[in-house]
Amino acid sequence: MSVAVEPTRTDKHRTRQRTKPGYVRMKSTRRGVDNPKRSVLLTVLTGIVLIYSLIPLVWLFINASKTQADLFTSFGLWFSGDFALFGNIGDTLAYDDGIFGRWFLNTVLYVVLGAGGATFLAVLGGYALAKFSFPGKKAVFAVVIGAVAVPGTALAVPTFLMFSEMGLTNTPWSVIIPSLISPFGLYLMWTFASEAIPTELLESARMDGAGEFRTFFQICLPLLGPGIVTVLLFTMVATWNNYFLPLIMLKDPAWYPLTLGLNAWNAQASTAGGEAIFNLVITGSLLTILPLIAAFLLLQRYWQSGLSAGAVKE
Amino acid sequence: MTTASPPPAVLGTQPKPAKRAQKRPQKRSWSGWLFIGPFMAVFALVFLAPIAYSIFLSFFRNQLVGGNGFVGLANYSQALQDPQFWSSLLRVTLFLAVQVPVMLLIALLVALALDSGRLYGKSFFRISIFLPYAVPAVVASLMWGFMYGTRFGLVGNINSALGISLPNPLSPELILASIGNIVTWEFIGYNMLIFYSALRVIPKSLYEAAEIDGASQFRLVTAIKLPAIRGALVVAGIFSVIGSFQLFNEPAILQSLAPNSISTFFTPNLYAYSLSFSGQQYNYSATVAIIMGVITMVIAYAVQLRGMRKES
Repeated sequence: MSVAVEPTRTDKHRTRQRTKPGYVRMKSTRRGVDNPKRSVLLTVLTGIVLIYSLIPLVWLFINASKTQADLFTSFGLWFSGDFALFGNIGDTLAYDDGIFGRWFLNTVLYVVLGAGGATFLAVLGGYALAKFSFPGKKAVFAVVIGAVAVPGTALAVPTFLMFSEMGLTNTPWSVIIPSLISPFGLYLMWTFASEAIPTELLESARMDGAGEFRTFFQICLPLLGPGIVTVLLFTMVATWNNYFLPLIMLKDPAWYPLTLGLNAWNAQASTAGGEAIFNLVITGSLLTILPLIAAFLLLQRYWQSGLSAGAVKE
Repeated sequence: MTTASPPPAVLGTQPKPAKRAQKRPQKRSWSGWLFIGPFMAVFALVFLAPIAYSIFLSFFRNQLVGGNGFVGLANYSQALQDPQFWSSLLRVTLFLAVQVPVMLLIALLVALALDSGRLYGKSFFRISIFLPYAVPAVVASLMWGFMYGTRFGLVGNINSALGISLPNPLSPELILASIGNIVTWEFIGYNMLIFYSALRVIPKSLYEAAEIDGASQFRLVTAIKLPAIRGALVVAGIFSVIGSFQLFNEPAILQSLAPNSISTFFTPNLYAYSLSFSGQQYNYSATVAIIMGVITMVIAYAVQLRGMRKES
């Protein structure tokens, strides 16, 4: 599945121009084609998709501001009764001795170690694939790409059995270790590194007698900035949103990440004798998505240029 | 540092021609493994070992008499005759056939609209449509699940406001479409961004040439843009195929809201999960998972072949 092919000469030249000098935004420089007339019709049509994308988020925000009683009696897409958002947030954080805070910290732990580690491994590996010729390189690529197609459960069950032999289940390691591998991150880093690092630069560094690691950390790493941010964001999303892996690995709610915790709260309503806490599920959901949305908004500049470099290679 | 760089004098004697014109062949050495090694070591632990173990498991069966015994391909023949497995496979195939094209088409149209430069507030569109990607599948499913609900959901609201009764999106007939809607919502922005990024790097000279020739916008799209981003389309297609066959989170979470609509064998992944974690049938579960892995790889490979053939 070698989807990606070596970039053509022109591609390479162009990206280098765009990505190197301070990562200039993708401001287009096409003239004529560049400044066409704005179209109201097209804006309205695309607006439909925009509304579709935003409505559930608006719904979530509005309903996070309602009390449990108002939830059932009021219209979903408008505010009603008291503005109870802050009360709800307080309740969410306080419920069950503040277990939500614990879940939040667990998630942060999994994201920092899992996504951070995954990014580190992907950056090193992508650099190797882009800039080295080593025995077994083709095999590495084939195996990694092939493995992406294997369904999660094909891995989950045996990983669970293996980890339980090793005594790792129901510990944070059972969630962190499998998160360390991001084939998509490796692919992105590979495409990014092959364009962002001029081979001549590597050769002159080697000629000066710099060791491989020094060359990498001092010369190459700074050039890989936007690519690293992009991979980090995507691995963060993957670990922050992870549900399946913790679901099978963790039994103890004290180690749950947010996703598992929210689902447990939701399921609580349908179990006999369970207290229905839909307002907390909704407010908790809002609190869960805020950090990621903030990260994407704040780091836009980086991940958009990082992703576009990845797209060059086709 | 086994790749000691040659002294400058030696370098000077190297044949000069074609040195700049083409990518110099990199020297083959083991030093690349310094960098790919850590990835591959963890990869072996969390991907290769479990796959090998899965295959191993699939040849055994826990029998009432004699305990765990080698049964050859018996698990595979059982799976291929298992109506529950087939029904789950059929369901995700239907899902794949409908949801993926709809999602990719919308994503493509939005990407083309953004790229045309004819939108007001382009960057607002781009970031807003992408945002759902940052929402965990759990939250997306809960959110949509509540909105689908007839009790305090939007559907219930609309029904009581207009005095009509819309069909229940969580009913057995509509649940697959409702899940399709959630997945579409989650991934339109992601695919849009892949397409848009690919569109941005089309050389401007191509547009200028087309402009001189008086090509219409539509021709511009069909003759230049679509062929240029074919690679991105193939990649998005492959990821979507893989995603559809692995469908798990959304139905698993909606199960508590719609227990009557989502069976334990709703998707192959859900089936494999229920087999091992509710039924303790680890061997059979591993078999189902391997069959799905093989099917996924074959289809992903077919998508790629088809995508590449259009190139010529």
